[in-house]
Amino acid sequence: MADVRDLYQEVIFEHNKNPRNFGVLENPNRFATGHNPLCGDQLTVYLMVGDDGTVEDVKFEGSGCAISVASASLMTQMIKGKPQEEAERIFQAFHDVCTKEREVEDAPELEKLAVLAGVRDFPSRVKCATLAWHTVHAALESGEQGAEVTTE
Amino acid sequence: MAVEEIGNPGIGDGDAERYRRDFPCLRQEAHGRPLVYLDSAATSQKPQAVIDAVSRFYETSYSNVHRGAHMLSERATDAFEGARSRIASFINAADAREIVFVRGATEAINLVAASYGRANFGSGDEILLTEMEHHSNIVPWQLVAEQTGATLKVVPISDDGELMMERFDELLGPRTKMVGVTHVSNALGTINPVKEITAKAHANGTPVLVDGCQAAPRVAVDVQDLDCDFYAFSGHKLYGPSGIGVLYGKRDLLEAMPPYQGGGEMIRRVTFDHTTYAGVPAKFEAGTPHIAGPVGLHAAIDYVADIGMEAVLGHERALLDYATEAIGQVDGVRLIGTAADKAGILSFVLDGVHPHDIGTILDNQGIAVRTGHHCAQPVMDRFQVPATTRASFGLYNTREDVDAFIRGLHEVKDILG
Repeated sequence: MADVRDLYQEVIFEHNKNPRNFGVLENPNRFATGHNPLCGDQLTVYLMVGDDGTVEDVKFEGSGCAISVASASLMTQMIKGKPQEEAERIFQAFHDVCTKEREVEDAPELEKLAVLAGVRDFPSRVKCATLAWHTVHAALESGEQGAEVTTE
Repeated sequence: MAVEEIGNPGIGDGDAERYRRDFPCLRQEAHGRPLVYLDSAATSQKPQAVIDAVSRFYETSYSNVHRGAHMLSERATDAFEGARSRIASFINAADAREIVFVRGATEAINLVAASYGRANFGSGDEILLTEMEHHSNIVPWQLVAEQTGATLKVVPISDDGELMMERFDELLGPRTKMVGVTHVSNALGTINPVKEITAKAHANGTPVLVDGCQAAPRVAVDVQDLDCDFYAFSGHKLYGPSGIGVLYGKRDLLEAMPPYQGGGEMIRRVTFDHTTYAGVPAKFEAGTPHIAGPVGLHAAIDYVADIGMEAVLGHERALLDYATEAIGQVDGVRLIGTAADKAGILSFVLDGVHPHDIGTILDNQGIAVRTGHHCAQPVMDRFQVPATTRASFGLYNTREDVDAFIRGLHEVKDILG
């Protein structure tokens, strides 16, 4: 097993303590709530997606471990202002890296998300890191009535 | 209580150290550190005696039970039924036929809910549970409530994690058709006054099912003294194999209940027009059972009974007191569950640190604890926490294990602080 300090990097602490884009987005046109039934964690992602498919605004709220909160915080920073397809592409790359289907070097689109790559050596924590992404994926596909998704 | 169950008067750390050597899975390192196993409330490790009993059974006596007219079948049947008798004496059941083999406590409760509940509950009837039940003593009742029109009532718990007995008295009423209560809470460690609950319920004409999953490995259980109608527990928490559990039921109740599942073994005579059922317990044991399971559980019961359940509880309480004192010195810790009467289960939250992060960092130091909602989400809601970290003890744990755990918590604070 890798050293646990490789998992808990400074960036993760920082985002856990001061999550970006945290809170409720008024009048979102897409949203979804994600659950991790194994630990009871849940978070909601709110989106405002423009007519051209650009993620114009994003916020999240919920409770979770340092990994899931930092991942959600980083996720909002990554996708804000990007086209929906780009957000989905980053999700796929992140998923592949977490599940060891791809190496970090082969996924340049991850940018600062790479700090979370250490989770791949802690299989029980992969779902913590991907919860926010599964949720935003469900939100992007949802309508104004929202969606629910679980990691199981 | 049978004389053999009284056993020796107490377990010291030296004894626990010796018992620990009986458990091969504990003789290893985890992530380069000696393994410290503090997750016995999730499942206990198995002594060599259980592992040997199961392999010896497969090597020498395995066959199907209650069927063949051959040597192995008789041997297997004797071992299987011998285990039933041993389990009956362990919990002081009046008759071995009151012991039904099931997969685990979950199946035991589902059996009672489906069989007794469907036959006896009607619209407007009430099932009285407590706020500290494991999901396995909630969801089966919800299922039968949906089917019968019955409703669930819930006894709340205090800030200390004790049942509010005055609320129990109020909620127990003319429509209460079943009381379901855990003997020992898996999330809080609370030992409940089951005997008092049973007496009050019976005075109201209401039967009682006790979830004994956490109690069977920690507390001397005497079902006749408790006078409960049903008692459910799992083998795997009692140092035995997983996949085998026990439903104890008073014989007259079991006799009157319809079958739970249909199939072979549970019948007397089958035609396409009509089937007559076997007597208890066979009526509730459709299909080929987990034959080696009871054999392993028999060995586990012999192992713990030799030590003595009073001694096991005394040891776990001593560890709990030691750990409670030590964790009280760690800044930011809040215990969840501070009942006056507790078994060896220590549940807590740490300010600003999610239990999952605690679990990962402790694991990295070789310390196994459980983190999460412990399948008791109503308890988490009651204490307004998403999850807790739980250290739980077994007869093989020592003060050294507690010391390692406390050092580990300081490391958590160092890394995440």
